[in-house]
Amino acid sequence: MKPTRLWSWIALAFGILYFALPLLGTLEFSLKMRRGVYSLDAYWAVLRDERFQATFSYSVIMALFTIVLGVLLVVPTAYWVQLRYRNLRPYIEFITLLPLVIPPIVVVFGYIRLYNTSSILPLTGSAMGTNILLMFGYATLSLPYMYRAVDTGLRAIDVATLTEAAESLGAGWLTIMTRVILPNVLVAVLSGAFLTFAIVIGEFVMAALLNRPAFGPYLQLIGANRAYEPAALAVIAFAITWACMGLIQLVIRFQKHTKAAR
Amino acid sequence: MSFLEIANLQKFYGPNHVVRDFDLTVEKGEFISFLGPSGCGKTTTLRMVAGFETPSDGIIRIDGQDVVNLKPNQRNIGMVFQSYALFPNMTVAQNVGFGLRVAGLPKREADARVNEMLTLIGLPDLGGRFPFQLSGGQQQRVALARALAVKPQVLLLDEPLSALDAKIRVSLREEIRRIQRDLGITTIYVTHDQEEALSMSDRIVVMNAGVAEQVGDPFEIYNKPTTRFVAGFVGTLNTFDVVLDDPARGLVSLDGQVIELRRKVDRPKGTSLSLAVRPEVISLGGGEKDDSVLKGRVTEVSFLGSVVRIRLAIGANVIMLDTFNRLHDHPPKVGETREISFPTDGILI
Repeated sequence: MKPTRLWSWIALAFGILYFALPLLGTLEFSLKMRRGVYSLDAYWAVLRDERFQATFSYSVIMALFTIVLGVLLVVPTAYWVQLRYRNLRPYIEFITLLPLVIPPIVVVFGYIRLYNTSSILPLTGSAMGTNILLMFGYATLSLPYMYRAVDTGLRAIDVATLTEAAESLGAGWLTIMTRVILPNVLVAVLSGAFLTFAIVIGEFVMAALLNRPAFGPYLQLIGANRAYEPAALAVIAFAITWACMGLIQLVIRFQKHTKAAR
Repeated sequence: MSFLEIANLQKFYGPNHVVRDFDLTVEKGEFISFLGPSGCGKTTTLRMVAGFETPSDGIIRIDGQDVVNLKPNQRNIGMVFQSYALFPNMTVAQNVGFGLRVAGLPKREADARVNEMLTLIGLPDLGGRFPFQLSGGQQQRVALARALAVKPQVLLLDEPLSALDAKIRVSLREEIRRIQRDLGITTIYVTHDQEEALSMSDRIVVMNAGVAEQVGDPFEIYNKPTTRFVAGFVGTLNTFDVVLDDPARGLVSLDGQVIELRRKVDRPKGTSLSLAVRPEVISLGGGEKDDSVLKGRVTEVSFLGSVVRIRLAIGANVIMLDTFNRLHDHPPKVGETREISFPTDGILI
């Protein structure tokens, strides 16, 4: 074997160990709740816990609303930037990157200050209002991922010419968006959607500070008070994330018109 | 009144005046080509007709209606793009039927029209395929069918054959012309390929730097160019500088050899003139009785299959001529001195 190849294998093995070992350790620990044998007791304990069901359902619903908001916000924006306002691309990209550099705690304190009960728009005064605020917060957190996914999808097709072709055939903007553009960036939108889902499911800071019954604070609570259940929850969270990735691949596979690209 | 009227059309991009004083009238069913080099404004003019660009000034009328302020989807114009622009998520039949569905045509009528269009373009069995499953030529045919399905008033084609290989280009241009004639649809075709423009068009608009230099039928454009640009751009041209010896009799000399123009030239004796002759007008050898005859040294012989291209040096001028490749007629050798001849009426001053 050539020395360069050997080093490649060593680097790959190191990478796999670095990522896989902690996971394997967590998985093994999560199976050790019953003394002396491997069992799924920790998983059953978690899944039977009513708080798990409540918080997980809450986060799933929040994730779905966040995805809808993200798609409505990002797809038209990225489309217009690609079609008409290419000179604005650097600014839009900068804005979409801000959530990566501004900590969520700063964002959420800003929200609380702006939308508290004595403000013009007292969103934190009711559960529904706070949910809406949290949804906007989640949409902000997932903006870098959603925007990049959609933008990459739009760059892969000739947006301008497809739009003009549809226009010349009599189509208006709504028809163009729903029947031409969206179906052709569906995989990209779904990628962004699944990333958003993964972010929302694991988010702690915003949900905790806005005092909403989300899955993130529940994870933290269990982690502080139990031994095996947090490990089981971590494995479940990873499984959900990987299932999302698998779903993206499945969608790509079943999209007939993208087969040529693969 | 003409079916399509373009009057005093102007387009500025910032300080750049990309289309200037453009006037054109097109009759119903006519096939017009915009011919010119890259950046001459031909596509911009086409896009203004389509509604994708807004004119800085001027009028565009289709069937008497001013369309300048109409959106592209209100103009009833069919457009075929260089990059096909088929919707990748739709099958061929769905692509062709897209405009019909947008127009709200009942499904049965739309399906019948789609089948009619697919038969017209010679792809009746490919309705269920996706664009990526078709060749470039097939995709462009589908794009044509899609544009025609909605029965547009005017068909616009923006360099539709540029992305295809040479053989497909020739067959498809004949097919486009056949379909255009069959349907009698008014068509504007943008191309930088003079052969395409000459072979397909009823009339050609030769454009340069945003200006329509000449409008005429292919014969006129090729044989009677009105500007130096048109003469140089359409076809191949030999240009050489001569000295006017006798303005009254039209005698000029090229490196000491006399050429008779057989027409009076309104310039003083000794003036330097530029003459232009097409390569196919020039023959190797003495030619007919009244032809101008020049002698030169063969500098290059290129065998191009059916045609042999020969270059001769006469003083500092190089003259190119094309002769047919004949089985028993061997081309001259490089370095030989040979006579060439051309009819006087084949000379452009």
